[in-house]
Amino acid sequence: MSAMEILSLDTLAARVTPGSLLAIPPDYSGVSMAATRALVARGVKDLRVLCVPTSGVQIDILIGAGLVAELEAAAVTLGELGLAPRFTAAIKAGSLAMRDTTCPAVHAALQASEKGVPFLPLRGLIGSDILAQRGDWKLADNPFATADDPIVFLPAIQPDVALFHVTRADRDGNVWIGRRRELATMAHAAKRSLVTAEEIVDFSLLDDETTAAGVLPGLYVEAVAEAPRGAWPLGLQDLYPADDAELARYAEAARTEAGFRAWLDGFLGRRSAA
Amino acid sequence: MDRARTELLIVAIARLLEGCRTVAVGASSPIPGSAALLARAKSKGALRVLMLGSRRHNAFTDGGRELFDSAAQGRIDAFFLGGGQIDGQANINLVGIGEPPRWQQRFPGSFGSAYLYFLVPRVILFREEHTPRVLVPKVDFISSPGTSVPEVYRPGGPHALVTGRCIFSFDKERCRFSLASIHPGETADSVRAQTGFDYDEGATVLQTMAPEPGNLELLRGRVADEVAETYPRFAASLLGRKAA
Repeated sequence: MSAMEILSLDTLAARVTPGSLLAIPPDYSGVSMAATRALVARGVKDLRVLCVPTSGVQIDILIGAGLVAELEAAAVTLGELGLAPRFTAAIKAGSLAMRDTTCPAVHAALQASEKGVPFLPLRGLIGSDILAQRGDWKLADNPFATADDPIVFLPAIQPDVALFHVTRADRDGNVWIGRRRELATMAHAAKRSLVTAEEIVDFSLLDDETTAAGVLPGLYVEAVAEAPRGAWPLGLQDLYPADDAELARYAEAARTEAGFRAWLDGFLGRRSAA
Repeated sequence: MDRARTELLIVAIARLLEGCRTVAVGASSPIPGSAALLARAKSKGALRVLMLGSRRHNAFTDGGRELFDSAAQGRIDAFFLGGGQIDGQANINLVGIGEPPRWQQRFPGSFGSAYLYFLVPRVILFREEHTPRVLVPKVDFISSPGTSVPEVYRPGGPHALVTGRCIFSFDKERCRFSLASIHPGETADSVRAQTGFDYDEGATVLQTMAPEPGNLELLRGRVADEVAETYPRFAASLLGRKAA
């Protein structure tokens, strides 16, 4: 693998190619809305998106903008603001291939990729219609048990790209994730990770032993782009809270296709202003 | 829902958590979250709460997987699930009404239910809306089944169903709900009329116990302050908390 690169936001987003299997984190974890804006501006088509394990406004925008062909998620919701309107409309229109899953199945399938093994077994699931719908999961027998012990085997998921946003990165591609360890799981499992950061610092994030364990090392990071307030209108760790008023405006506007388009124009318009 | 009803539900759910050591609460769950924090306040340190979405009341540090991994190890005693539909066998549906792939009405999705319902011993189903639309004879999609055949590893499952009208307990052997108590303003008949599934009912029907003054004091004080970190609007509007 070539050395870690520091790129412009648009150049970084251009590394997400049409048809990619793209892994994104939940709304509370470190969502790169800045890169989401760049993806929409470029009109990258036929994305297959894996929510790790849920998503909200980010996936709703990607779906509404027509970028998503397939989706795997344990849930898509705007939380207290209600259903994700563009997701719901796309399901109704039949324009989105949806694969329902459950949160720990996403984590486990990524953990299989982390370990470089072809599958992991997972408890639960048996008797659910989620399992009934998943032709790619296998109901198997625990090979070590003496009595009957059915258990579900999940194939490893290796995303083409993991895309997320962090508070800081350094010039070696080390990025601070703190206790948001699902970002590490995503990055470990994915072929490539593209990361946006509030700031890029000139010292190594691994120098301080008291904080080193909260760092995802550059080993897993292909490229970093600086993107101040890059999670807006979502929040980012302790740095800034979600912009509740803007998210409420989105939830209201996106109830119609025309309203969504108008909101999206405003969102894309912030590129030059940002 | 008004404040008195909210407080009744929170106190009733907190009673269902008595004896638990570790209670986890999922996202977007202000009433279960308040109940868990009230149970903790009453337990004088014996009960631990892990509330997703909170910074201060969530000690997980290993990412999204940790709740699920710890549940599979038996470290979580109680959890809460809801459902767009819940049926008389305690099957829950968080995916949609109608038929896939287009559905008549699509819900957000199953979250961790298809797993935690199997592994957490005391799962409390909570759905405020108690109508035949929600409490149905048979769910359209099983996000997670209420019971399993004996060979399936299942230390967990439904303990009770709490709604805006009543509390049902669940009998795993018989795979049936039983009316445990009705909230003020309801009768056995009014609950029956609003429930789409059949259930057992004793000769006399108990009233859900009114919140004790000590519990209300804890709820409106310490618990409202704790809840406000994660659910500020809920704490202000439904627990009457005044901003500090």
